Amino acid sequence: MSASEFSVEIDHVSKLFGDFVAVDDVALTVRRGEFFSLLGPSGCGKTTLLRMIGGFEIPTSGAIRVNGVDMTEVPVHKRPINMVFQAYALFPHLTVAENISFGFRYKNYPHGEYEQRIAKAVALVRLAGFEARYPSQLSGGQRQRVALARALALEPQVLLLDEPLGALDQKLRKEVQVELKNLQRKLGITFVFVTHDQEEALTMSDRIAVMNAGRVEQMDTASQVFEYPQTEFVAQFMGASNFFSATVRSIAEGFLSLGMSDGDSFTVPNPGRVAKGDEVRFVVRPEKLDLRSRDLSSHGIPCMPVTIEDRVYQGVSTVWVVTSAAGERFVIYEQNEQPFEERGKFAVGGTAYLCWSPRHTVLMRPDTAAIPVAGPAPHA
Amino acid sequence: MPEEKRHPAARHFGAYLQVLPTWAVLGLFFVLPLVIMLAISFGQRGTYGGLKPIEDLWAYVASGGFLANYRRSIEPLYLSIYWRSLWMAVVTTLLCLVVSYPIAYYIAVVAPARFKNLFLGLVVIPFWTSFLIRTYAWMLILRTEGLANTVLLATGVIDQPLNLLYTDFAVMIGLVYGELPFMILPLYASLEKLDLGLLEASLDLGANKVATFFRVTVPLTMPGIVAGIILVFIPSIGQFVVSDLLGGAKSILAGNLIQNQFAVARNKPFGSAIAFELTALVLVLLFAYAMYTKRKGQEVLL
Repeated sequence: MSASEFSVEIDHVSKLFGDFVAVDDVALTVRRGEFFSLLGPSGCGKTTLLRMIGGFEIPTSGAIRVNGVDMTEVPVHKRPINMVFQAYALFPHLTVAENISFGFRYKNYPHGEYEQRIAKAVALVRLAGFEARYPSQLSGGQRQRVALARALALEPQVLLLDEPLGALDQKLRKEVQVELKNLQRKLGITFVFVTHDQEEALTMSDRIAVMNAGRVEQMDTASQVFEYPQTEFVAQFMGASNFFSATVRSIAEGFLSLGMSDGDSFTVPNPGRVAKGDEVRFVVRPEKLDLRSRDLSSHGIPCMPVTIEDRVYQGVSTVWVVTSAAGERFVIYEQNEQPFEERGKFAVGGTAYLCWSPRHTVLMRPDTAAIPVAGPAPHA
Repeated sequence: MPEEKRHPAARHFGAYLQVLPTWAVLGLFFVLPLVIMLAISFGQRGTYGGLKPIEDLWAYVASGGFLANYRRSIEPLYLSIYWRSLWMAVVTTLLCLVVSYPIAYYIAVVAPARFKNLFLGLVVIPFWTSFLIRTYAWMLILRTEGLANTVLLATGVIDQPLNLLYTDFAVMIGLVYGELPFMILPLYASLEKLDLGLLEASLDLGANKVATFFRVTVPLTMPGIVAGIILVFIPSIGQFVVSDLLGGAKSILAGNLIQNQFAVARNKPFGSAIAFELTALVLVLLFAYAMYTKRKGQEVLL
């Protein structure tokens, strides 16, 4: 077995169901011991990709390697990979202990070790004492933990998790997220996690691949994906839907000057894929936008006049909805650092200036539909 | 709660009233005939059929004469017939299971959803034809100049017609054919409910397809298997039409024996005794099944 740096390598994999392209030429690598998430809306191909890693689907083209060994056509039961299924798929006719030890014989564990291995697995997920229960006698959270224990008891090189928290209620889900992350850190096993919940992915992942229509839109660390989305799709999926248009005025060493339609211009770091005169789109996260009563454009801070449409008090923060003269809508999150009553300087229906720092300006490239992913791009 | 303050007996009376129609039907059409049959089985055959009048009931009971039919029924001649019936019923049931499982599996799991009802229909449709006619059809197929021999001769597989009709083989075919739907349908019902995710989980845990079948699919469809076995075994052991038509005079099963006692030998008491024994055997098996499902905590299917 060659010692590959990567635990899972997806080498230009495509999967077609009839005419439908579920996964379209995806290339990505998961590092050893990494918590890696496949994030995207339903139908984006994330589950199909996971099922191909597990062996439940065979790629139409491309190759899948695990720790350097080609697994593309190895049958499910011969892969050093285990999966936690969305609905847990616990055997209803077997007890917790029997579920956990189901695969022991195929791993050739000596019979004498069974007891000890079961005990270790239930202790890992804090279910000691439940060994003799049947799945029907457990709560949703307990079943989820049995599914996890059953998969981990076989000491997989890679653990696949298919939206395993989807069936849990909000409070329990938060707890399990933290628990799962700690477990992964402790065991050092590579986790590949599928979810449509961006918050869940951000909480747990070392790196995230955001998928859309069978393609990977962006693959990055959690904070990079959140703060520097590369495409409009990713920005929108990450809850940052404040899109602006500008023209590239000039390009200098490492920087470029962007001109807004009102004539203001400001300087941002050059991501290196634009030319002078290009029309570009950029995004600013809602929490990075600011409402001011004065225009600060002359200070190099981009500002634009807006009308205040709505103000929603949310306890920790206030959400402002504003529209520009051109009719574009923007959303602003403002931390409630001062008492609410003292902050009534902007009224609904009034006008203000929408300002942001040039360094929070994130230039978009077209959605990946047009451009193949070529590894992590440099960031602003 | 006023309901709980009522006298327990009054509460029970209401409950009894509700199940009264059920008990009435069961009692009238099931228990009563059984009691009459049991009573007749203690009697003796009259000279011209019918029942011989009993002059001294006490002497009759004391002499043990009322058990004469039961004593006769365990003579070696009859025991060999029961043994054959039992054996045929067991083989029929097992053959049905082996043939039905793949069919039910295909319809429930493999077949595209839009074809499921069509396939189920094909399983059930033969029932619209009389069982007797379908059994006669097998006679036409199996006889010396029948379809089977004609095809085999024409294709050169054999050069002499095979003796198919009036053999145990023919009886077996008739029995398996007739009982097949009773096995397929309960198996289908069980397989339909099978969570296919569990099969994937089994493969994921390292079991190959064969191991998955025996460790996951079979245990989870056990209620259907047991129900099918009972539904096929019970009619098979009492069957007499098939063995009569396809087995000829050589093939006597318990069902034929009973039918002969009533229709040919006109020995109602002896026929009743054997019939009662057969009924008792079936009831014991059903009771065992009920105990089995109860212990397993599953729903009782019959």
